[in-house]
Amino acid sequence: MLNYDIVVIGGGPAGMAAALKAKECGVDSILILERAETLGGILEQCIHTGFGLHYFGEELSGPEYADRFIQLVDKQKIEYKTDTMALEITQDNVVYAINKKDGLLEIQAKAVILAMGCRERPRGALNIAGTRASGVMSAGTAQKYVNIDGYMPGKKVVILGSGDIGLIMARRMTLEGAEVKCVCELMPYSSGLTRNIVQCLDDFNIPLYLSCTVIDIHGKERVEGVTIADVDENRRPIPGSERFIECDTLLLSVGLIPENELTRAVGIDLDPVTSGAVVDEYRETSHKGVFACGNVLHVHDLVDYVTLESQTAGEGAARYVLGKTEEAEYVTTKGVNGVRYIVPQKVNIKNDGDVKLYFRVGQVYKNAKTVVKYNGEEIISKKRPRLAPGEMESVIIKNDMLKGFAADGVIEISVEV
Amino acid sequence: MNYDVAVVGAGVIGSLIARELCRYNIKVALVEKNNDMATGTSKANSAIVHAGFDAKPGTLKAKLNVEGTALMPELCKTLGVPFKPVGSLVVAFSDEEVETLGELLERGKANGVPGLEIYDAAKLREVEPFISENAKAALWAPTAGIVCPYELTIAAAENAVVNGADFIRNFEVKKIGFDGNEFTVSNGENEFKTKYIINAAGVYCDEIAALIGDTSIHTIPRKGEYMLCDKSVGHLAKHTIFQCPSKMGKGVLVTPTVDGNLLIGPSALDIEDKEDFATTAAALSGILETAKKSVPSLTTREVITSFAGLRAHCTRDDFIIEPSEKNSRFINVAGIESPGLSSAPAIAESVRDIILKSASFEEKADFNPVREEPVRFRHMTNEERKALIEKNPAYGQIICRCETITEGEILDAIHAPAGARDVDGVKRRTRAGMGRCQGGFCGSKVVEILARELGVEINEITKFGGNSKILYERTK
Repeated sequence: MLNYDIVVIGGGPAGMAAALKAKECGVDSILILERAETLGGILEQCIHTGFGLHYFGEELSGPEYADRFIQLVDKQKIEYKTDTMALEITQDNVVYAINKKDGLLEIQAKAVILAMGCRERPRGALNIAGTRASGVMSAGTAQKYVNIDGYMPGKKVVILGSGDIGLIMARRMTLEGAEVKCVCELMPYSSGLTRNIVQCLDDFNIPLYLSCTVIDIHGKERVEGVTIADVDENRRPIPGSERFIECDTLLLSVGLIPENELTRAVGIDLDPVTSGAVVDEYRETSHKGVFACGNVLHVHDLVDYVTLESQTAGEGAARYVLGKTEEAEYVTTKGVNGVRYIVPQKVNIKNDGDVKLYFRVGQVYKNAKTVVKYNGEEIISKKRPRLAPGEMESVIIKNDMLKGFAADGVIEISVEV
Repeated sequence: MNYDVAVVGAGVIGSLIARELCRYNIKVALVEKNNDMATGTSKANSAIVHAGFDAKPGTLKAKLNVEGTALMPELCKTLGVPFKPVGSLVVAFSDEEVETLGELLERGKANGVPGLEIYDAAKLREVEPFISENAKAALWAPTAGIVCPYELTIAAAENAVVNGADFIRNFEVKKIGFDGNEFTVSNGENEFKTKYIINAAGVYCDEIAALIGDTSIHTIPRKGEYMLCDKSVGHLAKHTIFQCPSKMGKGVLVTPTVDGNLLIGPSALDIEDKEDFATTAAALSGILETAKKSVPSLTTREVITSFAGLRAHCTRDDFIIEPSEKNSRFINVAGIESPGLSSAPAIAESVRDIILKSASFEEKADFNPVREEPVRFRHMTNEERKALIEKNPAYGQIICRCETITEGEILDAIHAPAGARDVDGVKRRTRAGMGRCQGGFCGSKVVEILARELGVEINEITKFGGNSKILYERTK
């Protein structure tokens, strides 16, 4: 049995930032478990730029952004094991993991930080009809084939879903010589960042069809085409709008799902909207000493925010290990009227700092206000020229405000038009 | 090459027949048009071992179903294949259907099905808590079970190969000649000779028979579409839940699978194209609506994949297991639709008996009926895992996260007798790529391992043979 103060599951941007912050806060005994060959997580295959604008104030590629943290992990002599898969976390925070070299690892942790990231929704989850031909894959899988393996997964491409990975892959495939026929988006708006729509589609004259979806896949061995159709306000295909598009590849960028299998197995409370754990402001879950951060907690649009959130979790885990936690009296947070979710879901009013609440809206709004209410009373109101589901919003609850709250109070955030 | 018996079609029927014949000192070929065994009807069906009360008494279906179901548990044990005796329920929602249950019970008794019992609504809800409130009664059949049909097929074919059979893949039989003593079987490029032919070609049985001038068989592919749900809703059905049968089949069922998922389906539609495995929006929404009649809490939210299979329905409406009228050494095993999987062990034995009537084959002294169960890391205890990785570190590397499949298991699948040659082959043997992410993460790793182990470039690896390639040329 190995013993560590903190075991971090996942060595992507979330896991590394959390480990580094915990170290900074005075915890020396830290182990990061990473299932891939290297630290860095999904950033390693994101060779486009746009990372780090908020956090570093400069534009980096994914591998560059990851490398800054990998170097710090090395410099801080934080231990990590790659090619290592965590299989189980017990009720007493014992982590079981395996790799080729050590075999089965049994690690007693004082605190565990969950930073496993997320996965892409597959075709099956959408129930798209058609054949099982080769050539249907998630945009992230295609990204790995192109950027890591150096092979093209197709030549004539239709992309379903205008999430950021789909948009990025539209440009990437085009640059590699493929013909991207169109990007179809079921919703009347894109869930991707505006800058990606401009830089990845508009600049390459790739059409974006809104309120449109793929309803059939053709081809017996390799994909030979797809049928797309416009959808009505209930997202049902409109008869007569069907058209055939010849292609050999269908890339899916239809949403990301936090990978919470380990979390669920421990019995940690999950938020049905985020599909991540219910956490407090230090990102501690319902299970004592288990923290969660990054895309395993909720899907972020920018890695910069993952880093910030993970630092909070790292600090929280360090405080827990070092016995610096204050007693807790919670208020809960609740997204209403256009706000889909808020993280954290609860806040300790005994906390002696400010608390930042992150939230996401459910549709596009123009010239709206985001309003924060405590037990029904407005406490903060912010004018927002544009709100979109693809862009995360945040609001800071100042400590003096927090001090005025009482246990079991409710903070609500809503959109007012 | 010269064979005594060539079995055409490496589905569950052909593979079990080939294995059965390997008990004798003869040369057996198992011939498959695709890149792997279990790529037709055997890979996409309800995976049910039926108790045997459906078929009309006196039919081959009735006889072989009951016999096959009785043989199945032991056969699965011998071949290291998962089988679960979960039992089945036929649920009635109206007084008329309650009467049908009585008829099925009587028919089951006539067919020799043991243990049948009618459950009232209270008893039904006790054993199946998520069943609809509208359910009035059910027919309980304790001998029914669930099995993994492609694993059974693969295990049977592997065991046949270990016992001396040749597995010939990518050999589409296009021509059969007969010189009075031997058949010459050709795919247009290569040929081999054989004294007997077993026609176990599933939906293609009619076309294979026609190659010797036997036009007595009329196969109608009957498409069935299914949806597979995540293990998180596996608890919604504890037994195989049927609705009352119609003339198109046994209707839409809701059943657990041996892997703990939930399977819903099938639809039933007669089609013409024998390669039409496409799913349709209409059929999928139809089966969900019908399935909700049994288990109302089902939703599409937990669906992880959907698929279609073709039943080899024949106009005669019973199994056809007999020598062809055109040539007594050409044995048709046709029209093997439901309960074909359940009957398969008994069908293999009856085909053996048909051949032994005219041939005198000598029993093989060293026939080994056992196929060891492959390593299944996900089912092991931590102690077992520790010992396993110490012995072979390849089991210390997880490739498929969702299903916890190790590199060692994938290597085993590729290097097994008649092992996997494509991504779907690895998937069927190991479950890599069958979980909730459906190969999003592990797909590219499986491609890499296949290329490495088979000594080819990664863009030569296919999803399921033919032109189902995954990658094109290198990037710029």
